[in-house]
Amino acid sequence: MSNADTTPIAPEPLARQRIIQYLSAPGAAIGMTLLVVIVLLAVFAPLISPQNPYDLMQLDIMDGRLPPGSESYSGMPYYLGTDNQGRDILSGILYGLRTSLIVGVFSAIAAALIGTTLGLLAAYVGGRTESLLMRLVDLQLSFPTILMALMMLAVLGKGVQNVVIALIIAEWATYARTVRGTALVEREKEYIEAARCLRLPRWRIVFRHLLPNCLAPVIVIATMQVARAIGLEATLSFLGLGASVTEPSLGMLISNGYQYLLSGYYWISFFPGIALLVTIVAINLAGDRLRDILNPRNI
Amino acid sequence: MITSLIRRSIQALFVILAMTLIVFIGVSVIGNPVDILINPDANAAERTRVIAHYGLDQPLWRQYAIFLQGLLHGDFGDSFVYGRPALGLILERMPATLELAFSALVIALVVGLPLGLYAGLYPDRLSSRVIMSGSILGFSLPTFWVGLMFILVFAVELGWLPSNGRGDTAELFGVRWSFLTGDGMRHLLLPALNLALFKTSLVLRLTRAGVQEVLPQDYIKFARAKGLRESRVISVHVLKNLMIPVVTIIGLEFGSLIAFSVVTESIFAWPGMGKLIIDSINLLDRPVIVAYLMMMVLLFVALNFLIDICYTLLDPRVRMDGRA
Repeated sequence: MSNADTTPIAPEPLARQRIIQYLSAPGAAIGMTLLVVIVLLAVFAPLISPQNPYDLMQLDIMDGRLPPGSESYSGMPYYLGTDNQGRDILSGILYGLRTSLIVGVFSAIAAALIGTTLGLLAAYVGGRTESLLMRLVDLQLSFPTILMALMMLAVLGKGVQNVVIALIIAEWATYARTVRGTALVEREKEYIEAARCLRLPRWRIVFRHLLPNCLAPVIVIATMQVARAIGLEATLSFLGLGASVTEPSLGMLISNGYQYLLSGYYWISFFPGIALLVTIVAINLAGDRLRDILNPRNI
Repeated sequence: MITSLIRRSIQALFVILAMTLIVFIGVSVIGNPVDILINPDANAAERTRVIAHYGLDQPLWRQYAIFLQGLLHGDFGDSFVYGRPALGLILERMPATLELAFSALVIALVVGLPLGLYAGLYPDRLSSRVIMSGSILGFSLPTFWVGLMFILVFAVELGWLPSNGRGDTAELFGVRWSFLTGDGMRHLLLPALNLALFKTSLVLRLTRAGVQEVLPQDYIKFARAKGLRESRVISVHVLKNLMIPVVTIIGLEFGSLIAFSVVTESIFAWPGMGKLIIDSINLLDRPVIVAYLMMMVLLFVALNFLIDICYTLLDPRVRMDGRA
């Protein structure tokens, strides 16, 4: 996904060069490969998973808490075991990945859109708008994300949609601060002056000229933020504030297994956790390399 | 120095006021505590009585005024669930959370600083690479899942350590602490390690980055050229210049440790504030939620204030900027 994002900035040969440069680091290559596999698994979850874990009709309580490798009554293998409601853990993970990825990607993109717009606005307009916006950013960044999210959930109530809203509100400030920093530097450069001399409309200068040159750090933060958002969504779901029990996300699956952990049913929590871990590590590996290449300031 | 202190205090007061407004309006407008307080079978008279008792029939600005007044007296109202003052409930559980967060901070520093220093001084060694990869893992591992795995391995499989509660406590300064008794220490170890995991990686990476930034500087070369012993160069010239980012992190992260202890406390059934707030959100216990959030706002404003002062003391350049 990162490669596609850089194409509009760079002409074709440079883009190809960049891709090769990007994949030359083993960590990044592994991360990217894992990421592609994970996304494919999530997208095609309904086709490949043995069971639809959200369809209560397909669940049989008699199959509850079976260890990995056992078979269902009808002979279907449960490779990773089942949870307390007889839900196949493997299917649960595949479907849970979808929720996690959607929440992560959507909240990161929405926060990036809002944060970037406000950051650009602050840098270009300046004056009172800028100081007001930046005060708000400072205020928000002085509180940890999880506290902001808890605050939002205390206000909005539980549920996945509210988790997404909470994540967006908790994360936009990072983008705003970074974009403003970059834009302040870019604004003084000659091409912006040239655009101004041509008497281009202000929105055109901001969005066609300034924005593309401030994108590199945004892309890097957004990648990292997807991983953070996925982790945070899982955490909030684990605390019982996110996804519902009938349509579990990865965090909810882990939470389900928590109460059976002391009885030795380790697999209910263990495997979804591994899936979560691999997803986050893959995104971080891919993002780390992206940061090295794009090397933005202010992070 | 004094003018900047005063200016910062005024700013801090404004922040607190703004947050009271946001928290109050948010919690009052959206959640409806009447529904959970009153038995659905209750008659209209009973409903009115309860609503009046909690002041929920007043206009919002009035409720806010009452709330602000209460705030100044440290009175957030009684918990809907426990029927006791919300602030008291929170203060009662605060030592447990502080103890946990502080232990985690100590672990993060004791482990993170030396490892980061090592990885920064000898970046090409294999052991440094292993340390750095480990720290990526520390960032990526979801804290709550690691907590579960700790329980699984150390409590269920090996049976070495207990998995929930505070264990025996001993009294010091009128408050009960776990770390003073052997049993309490055993109870503290797993949650503290769990909470420290992320911060250790952070301190480690920060220290390493700092070392690599400081090492090529002229004053380090000069110190070496003077023939100072390497240990002195590192302990005085390198470490001292690392202090600014590390102090900021210690301050800021202590607050975030308290915020994140919500997760760890829920896993290890550690009876602190975090566990209380999660239960309260689930039960829509408004006074406790508001009291907790306000405590957090106060805490973070105070922390930021302290960090600013430390900055000024540590770095003369900041002091100059403040005057200009």
